[in-house]
Amino acid sequence: MAVQEQVAPVARAEAGSQERRPFEWGTVGRYVAVAVVLIFALFPFYWTLITSIKQDVEINSSPPTLIPHTFTFNNYVNAFLSVQPAFAKDLLNSTIVAIVTTILALLFGSICAYAIARTKFLGKSAVLAIILSVQMFPLIALVGPLYVFFTDIGAYNTYVALIIPYLVIALPVTVYFLTSFFRDLPPDLEEAALVDGTTRLGALWRIVLPLTAPGVFTTAILSFITVWNDFLFGLTMTADSTAQTVTVAIPLFNGQHQIAFGEVSAAAIIVTIPLVIAVLFLQRRIVSGLTAGAVKG
Amino acid sequence: MATTTQTASVPTPKQSLRERLDLGNGVFPYFLVAPTIIIIAAVAVYPIIDSIRLSLLTNPLVPTGNTFAGLNSYIQAIGDPEFQGSISTTFIFSIVSVAAETVIGFALALLMNQTFRGRGLVRTAILIPFAFPTIVSSTIWLLMFNAQNGVMTYLMQVFHLLAPGDTLLRTTNGIIAAAVIIDVWKTTPFMALLILAGLQVIPKELYEAAGVDGSNRWQQFWTITLPMLRGALLIALMFRLLDALRAFDLFYVLTGGGRQVETMATYAYANMFQSPPLDFPTGVAATIILFIICAIVSSIIVTFSRINQ
Repeated sequence: MAVQEQVAPVARAEAGSQERRPFEWGTVGRYVAVAVVLIFALFPFYWTLITSIKQDVEINSSPPTLIPHTFTFNNYVNAFLSVQPAFAKDLLNSTIVAIVTTILALLFGSICAYAIARTKFLGKSAVLAIILSVQMFPLIALVGPLYVFFTDIGAYNTYVALIIPYLVIALPVTVYFLTSFFRDLPPDLEEAALVDGTTRLGALWRIVLPLTAPGVFTTAILSFITVWNDFLFGLTMTADSTAQTVTVAIPLFNGQHQIAFGEVSAAAIIVTIPLVIAVLFLQRRIVSGLTAGAVKG
Repeated sequence: MATTTQTASVPTPKQSLRERLDLGNGVFPYFLVAPTIIIIAAVAVYPIIDSIRLSLLTNPLVPTGNTFAGLNSYIQAIGDPEFQGSISTTFIFSIVSVAAETVIGFALALLMNQTFRGRGLVRTAILIPFAFPTIVSSTIWLLMFNAQNGVMTYLMQVFHLLAPGDTLLRTTNGIIAAAVIIDVWKTTPFMALLILAGLQVIPKELYEAAGVDGSNRWQQFWTITLPMLRGALLIALMFRLLDALRAFDLFYVLTGGGRQVETMATYAYANMFQSPPLDFPTGVAATIILFIICAIVSSIIVTFSRINQ
């Protein structure tokens, strides 16, 4: 160790003296680029956060203040109470619908992903192609017929009218990520269990799912986020807060006459913070699952 | 051809346990994929077919409206200047935003592929826009572009990009520009992460060999990096392009649900839900046209990825 530490600085100093200029320019350029990226990525989030805790007078002051001078929690209280009374109910609707959809998507998606990851069958690539193409589908094309159908059967403006189309957007995500996590698991343990007479579904339930639990959890969170982020079906399949989702409530904060900056910002933070925390917490797995397909083809 | 037949006819002499498990599944895998496929068939494929039926009726929203109108709603949509405008808006937005995301995403991926202090921070920071629901990212940018006290409006005025008292959202092109900025903010991370994953599997030896040959960094980029990234890049492009073509939330928020700037999806929505019931089939026809455009775009990309590999 000591030898290495001694040698390294000498070697670096030599390299530095030989090509000092380009080396330094590269470093400066890189840190300028890093600063630009960080500011562009984080500023809108930071701005929304501080707007949500500023008092109205400061929000309306010019020039805008980069560091809040005033502090209030009223915007959060008002977001629930006065500006958009249905906000709390809409949050509840979104939560219920996203959880139910995620459970169903995991149920159907895990067995489908298991078949894709571990078995061979004719038409597997066709199944994968269908599932992936649904992910890129123009969803507006489903809205008309589903609206007519749900109105006919009396399901319009209920959770059912949301959960059914949401399954179509959650299932591709679920199958895609679970397949990638299942493939990463060495098949030895399952093979041993199968030799011992466990059924394939038994092996999935008792061995594969527990061993890929972090991946399954990540998939569940991504499915939840996908459903939570939907706006189109929430807008078209509901009429009022019986089933209306929270993303539909957000644009309603922008009233006809005047935008309630503080309250809109507070609502935006409430709707987004859980997702930001979940994504940051699970970033490593999300990135590996997201990119597995692109690299492995 | 002859060799394939030969290989197929010769039975594999020794199979490992793994191979036997994989091949001897019979109909079982079909039961496992059936629920997913049935749901997709019932909730995605069937509605598309039903859309075609609805688009051929006069007024599907009332029981007496089931009279056949032929291609009337398609003729109406295509002849509507608003629909023509929505097609050009959709394409301009899609091409500009995806091009910008690809270039910036590429630069970002090359940056993150180097080792430097704070690399983890960059990776984490770019995931934050990724977590935002489109409806929320559009709304917070709408506030920042607001005419009276939006911070972006203020900054653009300070840097003389806008006249005093002006706002980016006043004109059609301004709204499209804002939409591109918001889309770049939210989805470049996706592009960058996919490209980065592709960069990380390029063998280092290729660059070392090129270095011996005396080619410079720029030549290496064109002869090694870009060809090796082809697969990852095309997948990312397809995802982003098809996502941009169906843009809805972004324009809904930027126009306040109004119709001054429309994409094909918001045009369809406005006809289906914000207009007299007789316009409903026109909206449905617009979604079918959008669907066909998306199908054409994706098959072009798929074809392109298969030729001259």
